[in-house]
Amino acid sequence: MDIPARLPDPRKREKKMYRFEYHKATSLEDAASKRSTADDATYLAGGMTLIPTLKQRLASHSDLIDLAGIDGLAGISVDGAVVTIGAMTCHAEVAASAALRDAIPALADLAGLIADPAVRNRGTIGGSLANSDPAADYPAAVLGLGATIVTDKREIAADDYFLDLFETALEEGEIITAIKFPVPKRAAYEKFPNPASRYAIVGVFVAETEGGVRVAVTGAGPCAFRVSDMEAALAGNFAPDAVAGITVSADDLNQDLHASAAYRASLVTTMAKRAVAKAAG
Amino acid sequence: MAINVSLSVNGQAVSRDVQPNRLLVDFLREELGLTGTHVGCDTSQCGACTIHLDGLPVKSCTMLVVQADGARITTIEGLAPDGDGGDLHPMQEAFRQNHGLQCGFCTPGMVMAGIGIAQRHGLPSNDVIRAELDGNFCRCTGYHNIVKSIAAGAKAMAMTGAKTVAETGGE
Amino acid sequence: MADRESGIGARVLRKEDKRFLVGRGRYMDDINRPRQVYAVFVRSQVAHGTLKGLDSGAALETDGVIAVLTGEDVAADGLGSLPCGWTIHSKDGAEMKTPAHPALAIGKVRYVGEPVAVVIGETLEAARDGAELVELDIDELPPVTDVVAALEQGAPGIHDDVPGNECYHWGLGDEEAVDKAIDAAHHVTRLELRNNRLAPNAMETRAAIGEYDPVDGMYTLHVNSQNPHLHRLVLAAFVELAPEHKLRVISPDVGGGFGSKIFIYSEETVCAWAARRVGRPVKWTATRSEAFLADAHGRDHASTAELALDKEGNFLALRVRTKANMGAYLSTFAAAVPTWLYGTLLAGQYKTPAVHVEVRAVFTNTSPVDAYRGAGRPEAAFLLERIVEKAAREIGMDPAELRRRNLIPKDAFPYQTPVALVYDTGDYEASLDKALDMADYAGFAARRAESEARGMKRGIGLSCYIEACGLAPSQLAGELGAGIGLFESAEIRVNATGGVKVFTGTQSTGQGHETTFAQLVADRLGLDMDEVEIVHGDTDRVQYGLGTYGSRSLSVGGSAIHMATEKIVEKARKIAAHMMETTADDVDFTQGLFTAKGTNKSMHFKEVAFSAYVPHNYPLDELEPGLHESAYYDPENFTYPAGTHICEVEVDPETGVVDILAFTAVDDFGRIINPTIVEGQVHGGVAQGIGQAMLEHCIYDDESGQLVTGSYMDYAMPRADDLPDFTLAFTETPCTHNPLGAKGCGEAGAIGSTPALINAITSAIGHENIAMPATPLAVWRAMRGAE
Repeated sequence: MDIPARLPDPRKREKKMYRFEYHKATSLEDAASKRSTADDATYLAGGMTLIPTLKQRLASHSDLIDLAGIDGLAGISVDGAVVTIGAMTCHAEVAASAALRDAIPALADLAGLIADPAVRNRGTIGGSLANSDPAADYPAAVLGLGATIVTDKREIAADDYFLDLFETALEEGEIITAIKFPVPKRAAYEKFPNPASRYAIVGVFVAETEGGVRVAVTGAGPCAFRVSDMEAALAGNFAPDAVAGITVSADDLNQDLHASAAYRASLVTTMAKRAVAKAAG
Repeated sequence: MAINVSLSVNGQAVSRDVQPNRLLVDFLREELGLTGTHVGCDTSQCGACTIHLDGLPVKSCTMLVVQADGARITTIEGLAPDGDGGDLHPMQEAFRQNHGLQCGFCTPGMVMAGIGIAQRHGLPSNDVIRAELDGNFCRCTGYHNIVKSIAAGAKAMAMTGAKTVAETGGE
Repeated sequence: MADRESGIGARVLRKEDKRFLVGRGRYMDDINRPRQVYAVFVRSQVAHGTLKGLDSGAALETDGVIAVLTGEDVAADGLGSLPCGWTIHSKDGAEMKTPAHPALAIGKVRYVGEPVAVVIGETLEAARDGAELVELDIDELPPVTDVVAALEQGAPGIHDDVPGNECYHWGLGDEEAVDKAIDAAHHVTRLELRNNRLAPNAMETRAAIGEYDPVDGMYTLHVNSQNPHLHRLVLAAFVELAPEHKLRVISPDVGGGFGSKIFIYSEETVCAWAARRVGRPVKWTATRSEAFLADAHGRDHASTAELALDKEGNFLALRVRTKANMGAYLSTFAAAVPTWLYGTLLAGQYKTPAVHVEVRAVFTNTSPVDAYRGAGRPEAAFLLERIVEKAAREIGMDPAELRRRNLIPKDAFPYQTPVALVYDTGDYEASLDKALDMADYAGFAARRAESEARGMKRGIGLSCYIEACGLAPSQLAGELGAGIGLFESAEIRVNATGGVKVFTGTQSTGQGHETTFAQLVADRLGLDMDEVEIVHGDTDRVQYGLGTYGSRSLSVGGSAIHMATEKIVEKARKIAAHMMETTADDVDFTQGLFTAKGTNKSMHFKEVAFSAYVPHNYPLDELEPGLHESAYYDPENFTYPAGTHICEVEVDPETGVVDILAFTAVDDFGRIINPTIVEGQVHGGVAQGIGQAMLEHCIYDDESGQLVTGSYMDYAMPRADDLPDFTLAFTETPCTHNPLGAKGCGEAGAIGSTPALINAITSAIGHENIAMPATPLAVWRAMRGAE
């Protein structure tokens, strides 16, 4: 499939941000209530995708509801076998967290590969997952670790969360509050960045967890997906060679001018192999 | 509807009514006259607009002013301890000593990013500096002397006791 | 090493840096004028079509919109077409086709992004709102964007007055000799290649503020220009906006140019003109997305080449056929780039006896193409250094050895090439040897074995480039079709107290002119660097000059400054002689001190300057008071920087990723004034050359004619981690015909580096079929033959 441009489409005429109202939510209830009373409101987390999109008039909203003022949405806590990361925790904090680096170094590594340092100081894990860009990095970790998305209404298993291109299991108005990551025995992430945008052309997260081996891929399809053949092979032999001969079908993969579907398919195998080597190493 | 924001910019308290869709970079440039912060792209990639928000580098083209309410902002104009006339910040001085700039347009963003790199890494290797500059574009220097400048600036910051993020908790 | 800290050859820190480092640079968008309004251009969103109508009704009803102006309004005010300043003649003697280039489209649109109307608003937001509401009624026509396709039978015609889309069909060299040599040769190497299209991407986008004073009829145009006087000349003499003395062009600090800010574009023309229409200053600043469409692009050639060799590997002849994409209209210097700046360089550093080149310039439905860092010379060097490398591999000779065998020897200068140029001086083997040594060429085989042991492919590539710069002898340029002279001017005003202002017609866009030129003058007059100020960028302050491009600022502009400085010294010497009661012949001048030979009398330059303005004891019968001189320098020849670049890469066969392990550049720029600044120029040039080779590409969709790489999300800019540290060195054969011995260093990096990198990649992957940019995808595909 051809992925649509995420950010400015050069074919669009020059535009400037449409006007909107801005509200700072004081609590989750306040945010939900503000959203429900507005015409066409959306939540603002770090804004690293939303603001460029608004700037280019690729989207318009009547109201932005800023979640940054809500207490308790940011921070990282490690509780034995589970790491909980608040939805408003920025990528830089995830990358730099000593506690996380002890528990799941692969996740801290992944956060340090998102965008660039200045963007990592603003962009949040919750915002990234709510947006579910097909080439974002976090979806690989969430799916690869079998994390749980905690919202203001419920908990959603990673396997049920990513539905399609920019489409998740989140319901209208639902707010991600935290992500719970089970600590794996070992894990690693390998990213092949787009030379222009530096989003993932392919990113593969490999983890050996209590529940078995998981291999999750981002960048290659409409949303993050698992590769069961690789998982099965690694369950028997957690070594790079186990996945070296396993390829995903190019048929359903993304293609654009930076990477054909066949190239992406090849990269999935290569990145998986390297991630396994890193995790095993 | 205009919203009142109060923030500190280069140590000065600022309070203004702003439109919700006002970008921080436009506010700094157009309302405060701080034109050292530049705009080089419209996709949040080039980093010419990099400033420090509560001590951390961020892209001011990708933030609304209303999001910065209550924040402490430092721009390139606020770095030199005695303002324009006196000594430069060690990172600015390192760029001067190492020919880390040519046309100067990306330079404010590079200096602000460079300070962030020094604060995060202490004495970073060239490879770390190069990796950490992926959000800052320069078309003139080929980055060679920018990398050299940031390495030298980081060293000077360490020697002059400029505080690291760890020491200040991001302040 | 220099004898003074600020002397010629010294690594003086740049004077301009402090203002940039504290955020006090003054770029176009930092400037605002009282009562200014804002322009937003309505651009064509289709590549080719008949413009049937334009509805500005809704736009005009938008709050804050003042005016919507169109091509017909421009025409009604009598403004002319944007000209091409260089006329090329085809092989058959016919003059090139120059279709009209209106500032705002009339009747037809010919590329995506072509300005069709301008909306003027009280605020930028109002103008943008208005622009969104202008309705264009366009009957779409099929577009053609590819340079080869545009020449094919049945291709869509872009201009009614240009049959077959061909602008010209130019030739240079001895065709018969080349044909004979190729037919009889022991070996012929053949190569077909594309030179990819690039967006210049100066980090500061283009911008303009037009102003008009109805009282005195004076226009003032602020524009980030590489040549403010050229802007004034073209807008006065060709576009007929205003007489030259009623137009002031100011170019402030300019955030990079690389060619893109030479040209006279629609937007600044419209801002100046609209200022009179609306009676307010009109400001426009391009967004980056707009810049991708509205800045002139660079390169975009499709070429075939054949190189004939004898049994020993001596080059016998080179035949080149090139199709050059001009885009939809001829930009200011477009016609000269693939001809006199390209074909003339195809001899390279080699003594190839016969070279013949033909170039067909082609109109397409794309943004205009013009000079971009190197302009023609990178295209020549890329083609030549690729075919030489390929020839070496085909005949089984070491590529360095094949080059060495064919280099023009250092005792052969001046050297007449078979393609018009006379190289004044050079020692190409010296650069080659030094580069081979620095890159440890001899040790490559061992390094390759080490890479292979890790499953990686290692390659090394050379490029022995030459370029012609320092544009140019005016008379020769005129014979070749230039519409302007190509000298440079300088004026030096010494103040009574000894400080100096130097006025130059060149324009810094980041090259450090305020430092290098001050070094020249301070060194000669014995002053401190901070006693010399360089002034440029304002046609009302600075005498007519030609600006900065073609690496000309030092070799041409610096030579003019040198001449003016010498005039100052000679006049001061006469004044000093009078005061010391001797003759000028008996006065020496070194390090700021005039001394009367054979006496102990001496006077400092500043004392003499004071006397020139307080002429109490002064030879008023022989000399006018004052110390103020000007000079115009018109070069005798181009200058010929040359050198060897060597690139070593490792290719990951699984992913196609190319890692540049080392990049060595040895360049001969003649005499160097400030090595730090020169190295900076090489760094930046090499980065742009590497960008072309492996990252950057303007790609048009064939069917829709849309630019699909129109933002940094898809157009890959070189970042710090794409590039290695560079290893540089210089050799020096001073230019023989300018007083500084300087050759120019601004473009060499972008010329030499591209083929060196591609030669390294082809060396690594073991075959020649790789197109630029050599992205991971392209390399991966090349290593597999096909998917």
